[in-house]
Amino acid sequence: MIGLLRSEWIKLRSIRSTMWTMAGLVVVMISFAYLNSAIASRQAERLQAGEVTQMALGAAPFASLIVASLGVLAISSEYRTGMIRTTLLAVPRRGRMLAAKATTFAAFTLVVNLLSCLAAFLVGQAVLGSRGASLEEPGVLRMVAGCALYLTGAGLFGLALGTLVRHTAGGVVAVIVTLFVLPQLVGMLPNGAGARLMPYVTSVAGMRIMSSAPGVLTPWAGFGVFCLWIAAAALAALVLLRGRDA
Amino acid sequence: MITAANLTKRYGRTFAVNGLSFTVKSSRVTGFLGPNGAGKSTTMRMILGLDRPTAGGAHIDGRPYREYEQPLRKAGALLDAKSVHGGRSARNHLLYLAYSNGLPASRVGEVLEEVGLASVADRRLGGFSLGMFQRLGIAGALLGDPEVLLFDEPVNGLDPEGILWVRTLLRRLAAEGRTVLVSSHLMSEMAQTADHLIVIGKGRLLADAGVSDFIGRGSQGYVRVRCADTALLASHLPEGNTTAHGDHVRITGIGARAVGEAAAAAGIALHELVEVQPTLEAAYMELTQASAEFTTGRS
Ligand SMILES: Nc1ncnc2c1ncn2[C@@H]1O[C@H](COP(=O)(O)OP(=O)(O)OP(=O)(O)O)[C@@H](O)[C@H]1O
Ligand SMILES: [Mg+2]
Repeated sequence: MIGLLRSEWIKLRSIRSTMWTMAGLVVVMISFAYLNSAIASRQAERLQAGEVTQMALGAAPFASLIVASLGVLAISSEYRTGMIRTTLLAVPRRGRMLAAKATTFAAFTLVVNLLSCLAAFLVGQAVLGSRGASLEEPGVLRMVAGCALYLTGAGLFGLALGTLVRHTAGGVVAVIVTLFVLPQLVGMLPNGAGARLMPYVTSVAGMRIMSSAPGVLTPWAGFGVFCLWIAAAALAALVLLRGRDA
Repeated sequence: MITAANLTKRYGRTFAVNGLSFTVKSSRVTGFLGPNGAGKSTTMRMILGLDRPTAGGAHIDGRPYREYEQPLRKAGALLDAKSVHGGRSARNHLLYLAYSNGLPASRVGEVLEEVGLASVADRRLGGFSLGMFQRLGIAGALLGDPEVLLFDEPVNGLDPEGILWVRTLLRRLAAEGRTVLVSSHLMSEMAQTADHLIVIGKGRLLADAGVSDFIGRGSQGYVRVRCADTALLASHLPEGNTTAHGDHVRITGIGARAVGEAAAAAGIALHELVEVQPTLEAAYMELTQASAEFTTGRS
């Protein structure tokens, strides 16, 4: 398995777009943190620690799209180039190949996500000065680390959808539909069904972990539900990957 | 050793491979021939566990390919040489394959040297030529030093020097006791490279024979003759069959020498007298004509 992880790591790092995308993620996170906090610093009223943290992490929805797209690309680029055949010749146990890819991808993006979330938080607090929050305040660390976890989860979700769809554009559309459109659609369900189901929908559940507001699900329960979504997508991807012709 | 038993693949209503059974033995080069769309690539993909057979199955040394823990050490393959990511270097491409099968990184340098790509090892693959892709694909096949090798049209896109190199390589691999299955459309090349042939058409087995047997089994050689009055010549021949082919005649059952002497005795001037040897190409054409899926307008 170590060999497989090294193998997937070489694939991931030897593509320039991986590094550019992750660099883009850091820039997006930090610039949003700066701008959001700059706007907030001009307001008169005193802000809660949770609120300023959330502001600093304001780019999370966009960042999740970036990481999820990278997840899609991690597998769809193999299908586009036909490299998937070379890969499956080397590793015919497809479940293992996917597990190694997911592990490597998750480990790499988690590191970058943690760094960019922390950087965004620190930039935001630097802008706010004495009115900013610190990591020791209740819930703040959970929100910052949680943001990185959510982004990593979105990346894995993208990887699973990319494996299902086998196509870059199709995979990104699937990500947008499930993370962004689905909550809107559920919200429109009649007779209060929308309000009842909403807390369990993909990104709504997942982003509980980086929220300071009270909700139906606790932060960790929400993230747990998001993990179930990821697991379901991954399971479907695994079943299809094993059954399909490469 | 590769064995296929009743190997079958259906796409929709058409059978790409239909009840194919054969054995590819070690220590010899086995040529895998058939017209476009005959099912050669599909057969190879099924042997290598990429595509699932509709029926039947294939084994490599008694086990399905998919069951090997580190398959590159057992079998190496070149299928579509361009199945690589253009943004990666040749070294990184091979390195990921090596690590996935627990092979040392030093193997990468060795195979790059062997296929003549050492000098471009760190260049992005996007700029490679078709011949360079083929060499990279062959490097990938050799990476695990496998006993079994499958090559799908390995000389496609190679220059004459490259073709000679592949021929020598395949011969050497077989001489080392390995099992080598290679598909190609270049009959003259196959005649020089292969010891044994498996010929398929429309997914079915047409022939499974040694190269010399196969050639001998097909059309015989003939004598090609041009002269002013072919009927007159025919009447003076001691034996043999004469058939007209455009501006010349083909004579079978008698050698060029006998034809020339008979013509001289009768005072007939010959404009051309050529002994045509039986070829793999001729034998192949004869066998596959009925099963070619795509034929050009002129025959
Ligand atoms: N994925 C697929 N879906 C549908 N049909 C397919 C697929 N792959 C192959 N075929 C069909 O199966 C048949 C065999 O194709 P295959 O590529 O195996 O032939 P081949 O002998 O390798 O031909 P060539 O000499 O042109 O490479 C063809 O009719 C082809 O159109
Ligand atoms: Mg083919």
